[in-house]
Amino acid sequence: MTNEELKAFISAHTPEVTFEETQFLNAIIPSEKIYPLAKYLRENPDADIDYLICLSGVDWKDHFMVVYHMTSRKHKHTFVLKAKIADRNNAEIHTVCDIWRTAEFHEREVYDLFGIKFINHPDLRRLFLDDTWGFPLRKDYTDDITIVSL
Amino acid sequence: METPATAKFDVKSFPGKVTHMPGGGSFVVTSIDKMVNWSRSNSLWPLVFGTSCCAIEMMSAASAKYDWSRFGFEVARATPRQADVIICAGTIVYKMAPVLKRLYDQMADPKYVIAMGACTISGGPFFYNSYSVVKGIDHVVPVDVYIAGCPPRPEALLHALITLQKKIQEGGPREKINIGF
Repeated sequence: MTNEELKAFISAHTPEVTFEETQFLNAIIPSEKIYPLAKYLRENPDADIDYLICLSGVDWKDHFMVVYHMTSRKHKHTFVLKAKIADRNNAEIHTVCDIWRTAEFHEREVYDLFGIKFINHPDLRRLFLDDTWGFPLRKDYTDDITIVSL
Repeated sequence: METPATAKFDVKSFPGKVTHMPGGGSFVVTSIDKMVNWSRSNSLWPLVFGTSCCAIEMMSAASAKYDWSRFGFEVARATPRQADVIICAGTIVYKMAPVLKRLYDQMADPKYVIAMGACTISGGPFFYNSYSVVKGIDHVVPVDVYIAGCPPRPEALLHALITLQKKIQEGGPREKINIGF
């Protein structure tokens, strides 16, 4: 599918979506919509998104964003899904790791560094840091001992 | 006249006097401390411990071009129980620090530590202001020789190893260098 066809395809399923075009087509959706849309994109033969390239987190200070880069090996279309989590204090989003298995470790990493909880994740433990640590990639993370604040 | 017995020694660094008897045979006058330190300094077995890019330079120092086996370092061990010196080559993060301490504790005395590169001295040029990096391994284990650089060249590592040898031969201020009898 071309970008225009993808736009129409996603809008038909999730009307709340907004689009940006940078290197890839970016589809920005509210976090509640991620699971049905992801499942639809995976299972619909016209989209056939079978490869989640990367799952990452972003802290925009007033909200979080989880960014999904994805592609279809069959149709060769690549685009970016961005799920906006409005509630920063209680950041939660549904997992996609039963749709793309690779998301399991990616989501653990995002949880480890941003503290975003992934609902229904089978094994949501910290990946790198120990349990006493804060969430160091949050913009409001402070560490008086090891970080020199300017 | 030089005999085959003396030809084996590097006479300058050998801490004692070899006296030859008429009709063959010889004896050595030295002190036990000096003799032991001399032996130790010429056969230091490094632990294989490379945590990041400095390890590449360490491998280079071990390879044919720089060849640290010329100075007695060729027996790199993969277990701390057989090693004499940790060449700490690379960044140590807080999660790695207990591992480094444990490896250090598992080594038999006398043991030495070389801090190789900016990360092990102070936390490094890139990772200094980071939540995860230990600001110098001397917060974790005592360090004998520091090498500046990012990463230091193999020549610098060889210089550090030779400096460590000199430190051991001179006895050093640290109690562990004395043999204790």
